Amino acid sequence: MELLMSISIGVLFMVGTYLLLSKSIIRVVMGLLLLSHGAHLLLLTMAGLKQGMPALVDRYDQAFTDPLPQALILTAIVISFGMTSFSLAIAYRTYKFHKTDNLDELRGSNDD
Amino acid sequence: MTNLVLLPLLIPVIMGAVLIFFSKNEKAQKIISGITMIALLIGSITLFIAVAVNGTLVMELGDWQPPYGIPLVIDRLAAFMLLVSAIVATSTLFFAFKTISPIRSRYFFYPFFFFLLTGINGSFMTGDLFNLFVFFEVMLISSYILMAHGSTNFQLRETFKYFVINLFASMLFLAGVAYIYAATGTLNFAHLGVRVAELGQDNILNVIAVLFIVVFGIKGGLFPLYFWLPRAYTGPPTAIAALFGGLLTKVGLYAIIRMFTVVFNHDPDFTHTVLLVMAAFTMILGVLGAVASYNYKSILAYHCISQYGYIMMGFSIFSPIAIAGAIYFIAHHSIVKTALFQFAGVTEKITGTSDLKKMGGVISSHPWLAWLFFITAMSLAGIPPLAGFFAKYPLVLGGLEEGNYIVVAVALFVGLLTLYSMIKIMKFVYWGKAKHDEERQKISVRKLLYSVAPLVILTVVIGFGAEPVLQFTTEIADEILDPTIYITSVLGE
Repeated sequence: MELLMSISIGVLFMVGTYLLLSKSIIRVVMGLLLLSHGAHLLLLTMAGLKQGMPALVDRYDQAFTDPLPQALILTAIVISFGMTSFSLAIAYRTYKFHKTDNLDELRGSNDD
Repeated sequence: MTNLVLLPLLIPVIMGAVLIFFSKNEKAQKIISGITMIALLIGSITLFIAVAVNGTLVMELGDWQPPYGIPLVIDRLAAFMLLVSAIVATSTLFFAFKTISPIRSRYFFYPFFFFLLTGINGSFMTGDLFNLFVFFEVMLISSYILMAHGSTNFQLRETFKYFVINLFASMLFLAGVAYIYAATGTLNFAHLGVRVAELGQDNILNVIAVLFIVVFGIKGGLFPLYFWLPRAYTGPPTAIAALFGGLLTKVGLYAIIRMFTVVFNHDPDFTHTVLLVMAAFTMILGVLGAVASYNYKSILAYHCISQYGYIMMGFSIFSPIAIAGAIYFIAHHSIVKTALFQFAGVTEKITGTSDLKKMGGVISSHPWLAWLFFITAMSLAGIPPLAGFFAKYPLVLGGLEEGNYIVVAVALFVGLLTLYSMIKIMKFVYWGKAKHDEERQKISVRKLLYSVAPLVILTVVIGFGAEPVLQFTTEIADEILDPTIYITSVLGE
């Protein structure tokens, strides 16, 4: 299971990086989105996947799965949700003001 | 007593939220934020004194014992950074009162100012790696918004780039958190320090260390990851640029200092050499950008980069005197750079441009502005007896003692070029024949100078009073060079 997860994380990071290097604004945003998914899955996988019981200390007092990574991911997902919506907003504003979604044309000069 | 620790966090976050409700009433916003800022300043001073007298303060949030809960740890370094951040922010806020146009302040300038401070202060205080990530994000989302604030074409374009590179860095940060959690099973700085010492910092932990260098290098504007900085800091209104130049990137540097003293301090031959090489290139390339530029604000932004190089140089030489110098340098640079950005704003108000070649002769109509700028610029260039000299002296001394001759030579050469580009601003903007018309010559900037003058006085004061300040930063350096102090005060063994 860990192996499968690791491969999919690798694919997510790869696709994310590829999209990040493309020239269209919306593709860059999508790339960031995929990267964040990759990072979240990495957080889950690196701590080890299911290793026993749920983390209910009263009921199961033997081995239970480490609950911390899930708490971390929850926080990270909320943060990246906010970041994604902000990135869409700023991508749209940039597109509207510059009338292009090509990053090459956004390279900029000293005009303004 | 320990609840005092929460002040620098609670004051800005609560008052920032309150300010949202007053967004349509400019006067109320100014009064509330002014009072809040002064309360924050007083809180930071109290905290600073408390820590200087009693030593490290630790607050376990929710009473969860470390290493399980998230502690807020204020040692001397954190208290010092909090004080610097409060001073710089106070000056910037009062500057913003007079320069941020009503239309901007209606769109939540002041709330995000305080949320930014929450993130900055939180990053200084936290004792947990993941919590550091959260505070970074609080700080960054506010900084994106402030950077795009006003939505000029230039700002939107640069904010998009800044946003993408920083979000990418955040994802690497998360990956780093995942790796280090897998390797050590903890995220508490103090506990990480213990675990890394047990495991021995070799292959895998060194890889993680490098990952964190990349992450904090992007956030802290170090070579080769600083490319986003100059233009991003040129776009926004001066008050915002001043805060960014003075504080924002310091947080990345602070995170490097924290991580590489408490956690990754076992293999300085490798990690600190990497940092030292980065520092040398940061210094030289940053200053070359400044030498080549003819835009007032972008010269200052490039100087930010080269000064971060100095701070990193002091840290990565890793001897007590050099670290003391680096910490002194952080205070000096925050104060001076904020003041310089504010001078850029004032000058732009007079001349209506930030292009050096279109300015001239401001000294004839506004002598106070010119001379205050001159003092500050000389301080940045490191002319004794101003603060800049005493910031660079320990770095050079430490470098020579440790035998890092090349980096010392680079530092001295960069100092020379800094002086050159400061003189360039002085020559083009303030000397010579006035290029701005009669009407502009009559613009009164006295009120704007009231918020800058304390910073100028401060750089003179910590220059003349360098002895006690350096003594204090040496105490800080001794404290952070011995991570057991930090670890025992958190884990309490």
